[in-house]
Amino acid sequence: MEILSILIPASLLLGGCGLAAFIWALKSKQFEDPSGDANRILMKDWDDHPKP
Amino acid sequence: MTIAAPHEFEPEQGGMAACPACAVVPSAKELAERVKPIAARLMLSVPMAHCAACISTVEAAVLATPGVRSARLNLTLKRISIEATPEVTAADMVAVLKGVGYEAHELDAGLLSATETDKQGRDLLMRLGVAFFSMMNVMLLSIAVWSGAESATRDMFHWISALIALPTVIFAGQPFFKSAWAALRVGRLGMDVPISLALFLASSISLYETIEGGSHAYFDAAVMLCFFLLLGRYLDHRTRAVARSAAEELAALEVPRARVLVEGAEVERAISEIAVGDLVLVRPGGRMPVDGVVTQGASEVDRSLLTGESLPVFAGVGTVVSAGEVNLTGPLTLRVTAAGAESSLHRMADLVAVAESARTKYTTLAERAAAWYSPLVHLLSFAAFGFWMWKTGGDFRHAINISAAVLIITCPCALGLAVPAVVTSASGKLFRKGLLIKDGTALERLARVDVVVFDKTGTLTLGAPEPTNLDAHAPHVLSLAAALASGSSHPLARALAAVAAPAAVSDVREVPGYGIEARFGGKLVRMGRAAWVGADPVDVTATYLSVDGVVHVFTFADQLRQGAEDAIAALKAQGKTIKLISGDTTGSVADLAVRLGIADWTAGALPADKLALVRGLGAAGHHVLMVGDGLNDTAALTAAYVSISPASALDAARTASDIVLLGQNMAPIGDAVRISAQAKRRILENFGLSAAYNAIAVPIALIGLATPLGSALAMSLSSITVSLNALRLK
Repeated sequence: MEILSILIPASLLLGGCGLAAFIWALKSKQFEDPSGDANRILMKDWDDHPKP
Repeated sequence: MTIAAPHEFEPEQGGMAACPACAVVPSAKELAERVKPIAARLMLSVPMAHCAACISTVEAAVLATPGVRSARLNLTLKRISIEATPEVTAADMVAVLKGVGYEAHELDAGLLSATETDKQGRDLLMRLGVAFFSMMNVMLLSIAVWSGAESATRDMFHWISALIALPTVIFAGQPFFKSAWAALRVGRLGMDVPISLALFLASSISLYETIEGGSHAYFDAAVMLCFFLLLGRYLDHRTRAVARSAAEELAALEVPRARVLVEGAEVERAISEIAVGDLVLVRPGGRMPVDGVVTQGASEVDRSLLTGESLPVFAGVGTVVSAGEVNLTGPLTLRVTAAGAESSLHRMADLVAVAESARTKYTTLAERAAAWYSPLVHLLSFAAFGFWMWKTGGDFRHAINISAAVLIITCPCALGLAVPAVVTSASGKLFRKGLLIKDGTALERLARVDVVVFDKTGTLTLGAPEPTNLDAHAPHVLSLAAALASGSSHPLARALAAVAAPAAVSDVREVPGYGIEARFGGKLVRMGRAAWVGADPVDVTATYLSVDGVVHVFTFADQLRQGAEDAIAALKAQGKTIKLISGDTTGSVADLAVRLGIADWTAGALPADKLALVRGLGAAGHHVLMVGDGLNDTAALTAAYVSISPASALDAARTASDIVLLGQNMAPIGDAVRISAQAKRRILENFGLSAAYNAIAVPIALIGLATPLGSALAMSLSSITVSLNALRLK
C-alpha cells in the first residue's frame, strides 16, 4: 500500500496539470469560437508550407 | 486601440525574423506601419458563412484588400472583425464580401464590445472545469472505498476527498449559493434553495463522518451535483448570451448617420444631432433618416416598409416623407420636420415598446416544474428527518444522514439539464439553418402555434419586381427596353436591364420621378410613368415604353423570396392554417396568394387591421405565429403569440419579433416550427425520465437504504439519459 503515497500525488498532479491547462486556455480566449476552430483544421491553405 | 494595434502585430514579426534573410524586412515593414495612422476596427456580420472553405474565402478576400492588416472570421458568431487603416470603410468591405458571394452587414463595433468578453460565461466555464477536475479525482478515490477499502486506507481516502471536494463546493457552488440567498431574502423558494441545502448538507455530513471515521461519505455526490448543475446552468447561459448578443447585433446593424447641408456644404452627422429645420440630403438608395418635406429634387420613394405598398410613390418638392422610407431614383433634399425620438419611425417603435411591456409573461415549462418541485423536495426531506428521529428515538446522526440522502437524490440534476440541454441543441440547430432565437421562451411558444399569418411585401416577396409579360414583346422592343433601363437604378428598371442585349441608343437621360428618355435612330423614346409616356395606365405594377407613338406595357410581379414556397408547403404539411395579410393592392396580393396556394388572404390592410386580425385569432384561442418585416407589421408582431421577422426588416420590427431570419431564404421557418414541436416533446420526455428516476430512488432513500455508490450511479445515469435524449433532435 506504500505505493499509494506516490500514485495519489501523481494522479492529483496530472489532473492538476489538466486543470491548469484548461484555465490557461480559458483565459487566453480559446473557447470564443468553437465551430470556427473545428473548421479551421480542415482548411487546406497552409498544408504545403507553414503560414509565413 | 492605439496601443493595441502594434501589439497585435508582434507574432507576425517574430515569425518573419525567424528567417535570417528576412531579418531586415520586418523592421522596414514595421516602420511603414508606424507611419500609417491609427488602425480602425470594423465589425461585419456574415450570416451565410458556415464552413472551412467559407473561412478561407472570406478571410483571403478581405486580407487582399489594400489597407487591411488582419481579419478573423468567428464562425460561431458569424462575424468578421477587421483591423485596417482608416481609409478602409465598412462599405468597401461589404462590397468585397459581396464580390466573393457572401452577404455582409456592417455592425457598430462600439455597441458590440460588451458581448465580446462574455465574463459571466467564462466564469461559469471556469467553475465547471474545476468541478469536473474534482469530480474525476474524488470519484477515483470513492471507487476505491466502494470496492472495499477499509479502516485507515478508507479514512485517508475520505480525508483526501474532503481536501479536494470542500474547496470545490465552496468555489463552484457560488452561483447557486448566491441565487439561493437572493431568493430567500425576498421570501421565495427557488430551484437553488434545495440545491444549496443539498450541497451544504452533503459536504458537512461527509466531513463529520470523515472526522468520526464513518463508512459513508458523500463528497463525490456533492461535486457531481456541482458539475451537472453547473453544466445545465452554463448551457442555459450560453443560449441566453447568444440571444442577447443577437439582439445587440441587430441594434448595431442600423448605423445611424445622415448627410446634412450646413451653409451649402455636406456634413455627415449622427441622427441624434439633427434638429428640426435642418436640410438633409438623401441619395438614391438611401433611407430617410428623419421626417421631412422635400425642398429640392424629384424622385420616387419606396414606402413598403411602412405601409406594405409594393409600388414606389412619386416625391417632388412639397411631398411629405417619413423616416424609414427609401429614396429610389433622384437625390432629395429634405427640410426636417421631426427628428430622432419625434419622428414617426420612433413613435411607432415607442408604441411597440408599450405593447411589449403589456405582453403577458410566458411561464416556461421549467418554471412550472420548479414551482411544485422545490416545496415537495423540502417537505420530503424534513418528513424523512422527523420520521427517523421518532423511529430511532432521537438518533440525530442517522436521521440527518437520511434526510441529506433524500435531498441529494432528489436534487434536480436531470431537471436542471432537462430544459437547457434540449433548448441548446434546438437553438443550435436553428442557428445553423439561419434562424436566430432572440427570446429564450420563443421555442416553447413556437411549439404551440396553429395559425401562421404572413405579411407580403418584404416577407414573402423580396420587394424586388420581376417582369411577367416578356413573351408578349418583340425582341427589338426588349433590347430597347433593356438599353433604356440600364440607365436607371429604379427597381423596375433594374429588373428590365438584363432581359436582352441592349440596343444602341444615345443621349440617355433619367428624369427623376418620371422615367428615362433617349434617342434611338434619331427618334425620341421614353420609358416610365404612364402619364409621362402618354399611355393609359393598367391595374398592376407596370412601366410603359413608347416607340413611334406605340406604347408597350411591361407588367411586373413581386419576386418571391427564396424558399417561400417550401416554407408554406412545410407548414401546410404540419397542419397549420396559413393566412396572408398585406397593405398592398388587391391585384398583387391575389396574384401572390394564387402562386403560393394560400386560400385565406386580405389586401389593403392597415396596421390596425393586421393587429385586429392577430388579436381576434388570439381571442378565439389560436396561437398565432406572425411573420412580417415592416413598420405596419410591428403591432401585429407584438400582439402575436410568437413572431418572426427577416434580417432585412426595420429595426422596430426586428425588436418586436422573437425570432430573426438571418439569411434570404425563408424555408427555415417550416423547420423551426417542426423542431420546436420536437423540442417540446423532448423536454416533456426529460421531465418524465427524471420523475421516473426519482420515483424509484426516493423510496429507497426514505427507508434509509441509499448508499453513496447508489446515488452516484443514479445521478450520473439520469443526467446522461436526459442529455442523450436532448441530442435525438433532428
